[in-house]
Amino acid sequence: MSETVNIASQNPAGSTKMLKAMVGIGVLSALLIVVTFELTQPRVQQLKAEALEKAIFEVLPGAVSSRTFGVNAEGKLIAPDTEESPVSLVYAGYDSADQLVGYAVEASGQGYADKIRILYGYNPKQQQIIGFQVLESKETPGLGDKIEKEQRFLDNFTALDVGLNKEGNIANKVTTVKQGAKVNAWEIDGITGATISSRAVGDIIGSSTEEVIPLLFDNYKMMETPKANPKKNENDDK
Amino acid sequence: MLKKTLHISSSPHIFKGHTTDQIMKNVVWALLPVVFYSVYAFGWNALLVIATATLGSVITEHVLCRLSKKETTIADYSAVITGILLGLTLPPAFPLWMAFVGGALGIALGKYIFGGLGYNVFNPALVARAVLQAAFPVAITTWHPAFLPDRFSEVASSVLALPLMQPQYDVISGATPLSAFKFEGYTTPASELAFGLVSGSAGETCAVIIILGGIYLIARNMMNWRIPAAVLLSAFLLSGALYLVNSELYPSPVFMLFSGGLMLGAVFMATDMVSSPITPLGLWIYGAIIGVLTIVIRVWGGLPEGVMYSILLANAISPQIDRLIKNRVYGTTPKMKAV
Amino acid sequence: MTNNPPPSAKKITSTDEFIKGLWRDNPVFVQVLGMCPVLAVSNTAENALAMGLATAFVLLMSNILVSLLRNFVPKQVRIASYILIIATFVTVTDYAIQAISVELHKALGAFISLIVVNCLILSRAEAFASKNTVSKSVLDALGMGLGFTFALLCLGAVRELLGNGSLFGLAVFPEGFQSWIVMILPAGGFFTLAAWLLVINALQTKKA
Repeated sequence: MSETVNIASQNPAGSTKMLKAMVGIGVLSALLIVVTFELTQPRVQQLKAEALEKAIFEVLPGAVSSRTFGVNAEGKLIAPDTEESPVSLVYAGYDSADQLVGYAVEASGQGYADKIRILYGYNPKQQQIIGFQVLESKETPGLGDKIEKEQRFLDNFTALDVGLNKEGNIANKVTTVKQGAKVNAWEIDGITGATISSRAVGDIIGSSTEEVIPLLFDNYKMMETPKANPKKNENDDK
Repeated sequence: MLKKTLHISSSPHIFKGHTTDQIMKNVVWALLPVVFYSVYAFGWNALLVIATATLGSVITEHVLCRLSKKETTIADYSAVITGILLGLTLPPAFPLWMAFVGGALGIALGKYIFGGLGYNVFNPALVARAVLQAAFPVAITTWHPAFLPDRFSEVASSVLALPLMQPQYDVISGATPLSAFKFEGYTTPASELAFGLVSGSAGETCAVIIILGGIYLIARNMMNWRIPAAVLLSAFLLSGALYLVNSELYPSPVFMLFSGGLMLGAVFMATDMVSSPITPLGLWIYGAIIGVLTIVIRVWGGLPEGVMYSILLANAISPQIDRLIKNRVYGTTPKMKAV
Repeated sequence: MTNNPPPSAKKITSTDEFIKGLWRDNPVFVQVLGMCPVLAVSNTAENALAMGLATAFVLLMSNILVSLLRNFVPKQVRIASYILIIATFVTVTDYAIQAISVELHKALGAFISLIVVNCLILSRAEAFASKNTVSKSVLDALGMGLGFTFALLCLGAVRELLGNGSLFGLAVFPEGFQSWIVMILPAGGFFTLAAWLLVINALQTKKA
């Protein structure tokens, strides 16, 4: 152990030496971090984009490509590459014939344990929600996380009515009802044993749709007015 | 008892006449009517669940005593009480293997880890229930209807679920009065609650019998009346005040007292001698904490019922309660300053 | 392991430097260091393995660098330099895990960044790497890092088995297994750690 150097026995160093050591290590660290960042970033971005795209295709059955739109402060849709910075993002999904399948909207709200982040798909032709996915939640495993796993609950979101009334607002706000008590097309059949979590999902969708759907529908009509006939109804298959 | 000529013992030197196992035996007597009534209401299911939980505690107590090379203490009835109390807090159609695991965990984690009877910080039965609630949240909130016609001819299939396997339920009852209130805003009439005509845990049924058992123990001077009094009074006052503020939003104090496990908790669980304070004022504070916390959890919390967590929390701080209000012996240490 | 010499009795061989972290001085089971990630990310075997390897990597790299610079860093600023070195490698690991799998990164979450304050790494830098040669520090880091990974795996395997009925995501129990939800919740981490400490203590006392 002759080469052991006991730091404690060193003479106290002057501040130049300390400064040299700290700056040296700092520069070395910065270099290492920058190099790794540059090396990994392309792949990280690609993976994140893939994950998001997968979620979008999940909630918009039939979609094979997507475009991102921003929603600006006045509540208007803007293209992604304009100079305005968007308040929130909306994703439009297109099928293989390049026809619009619908919009995927991200929303979040308080669940039982923490914030729940969800993504839902809106089909403006049918004025329905046609898909739903939980992006992030910390609900109790076995109870609250049924909102992600229970098929019976997820089936609520294949044709959930979010039709607009004459004033251009949501005619009936989406709400969660007790399990088995669903009567109307705009109601979500809840989960016994996960009452709070399933209600939270209803509230999140309810308030998000009230805000976003009228906007999306206006935008859709502007884009689609020339063609009047709704073409495909295969979206219900899944 | 004295074999040696010189016997040295620490205090206390004056005994009151009740030994531990005498008191424990009497608690068992006081609990038996509650058990009988829940068997009457829920049939063989409840009997099997309570018996299995008790078996789990007693066997674990025996095995752990043997492992630590001590004389077995199952004869002092404390493990029996833990098992019965645990059984009474479980849903009547609870799988037997889970009840057994619960009984074993209550003794091992609630009592033996701290050194056995007299050293436990928490009420072992409630420790067991808390672990079961966290481990099997679905099974422990799936209720069974009371007074089914076939309750003495058939055993629910969920009760006989194979060990480690999920239970299958054939009859699921509606919500308990508390969850009906919390999630649907429906208040069950107090008369139904007092005589246990509702679904709930095996022992959350007939409040009247629980009170009678408590009175018996108090009359025999084997239970401190201050604890149940403080719990029930504080719960009544707080929920009464809320009811006066807004009777639409908050249920009546009578409903609060007679629903859920408050009565069972106040009479048989909060009064666990080891995990409650020793000074009279301390007992009042301890009871009031339980009562207030229960109502707070029920009204504002995410769970429909909060008796278990309130008692466990109060257990945890009961030594501190005693320390805070301890009289200072004149001429000894100076008064503690607020830290 | 059968005849571990007491630390000062015999000349410590390089095998001992490696072995001590695995068993006799296991960072989790004996030194009880770095409990935050041990309890928080051992809910599945996969997360535990990833966390263990990430920590081992940071430990190895920081031990090497600290040992290399041990004559250059003045003692007044040594802790600050160690933390800087550790934080650098943690950031590198963070990016690397993100590039490997976004899901894994999501599962480990904030606990990757928290490797910075894992006292195991700082303690090895201060107690060992700053006083020993690079080759010895490498062995020490490998032993401690693998010991940490081993302990995390022990916890993760038990918790995933009981809490989810599976191991590395593969179902072990037949259909209909009742999972013990508590085991994948934070409380289960404490239970499992306590049980393992009991077992390891019993084993080590028997051997001694």
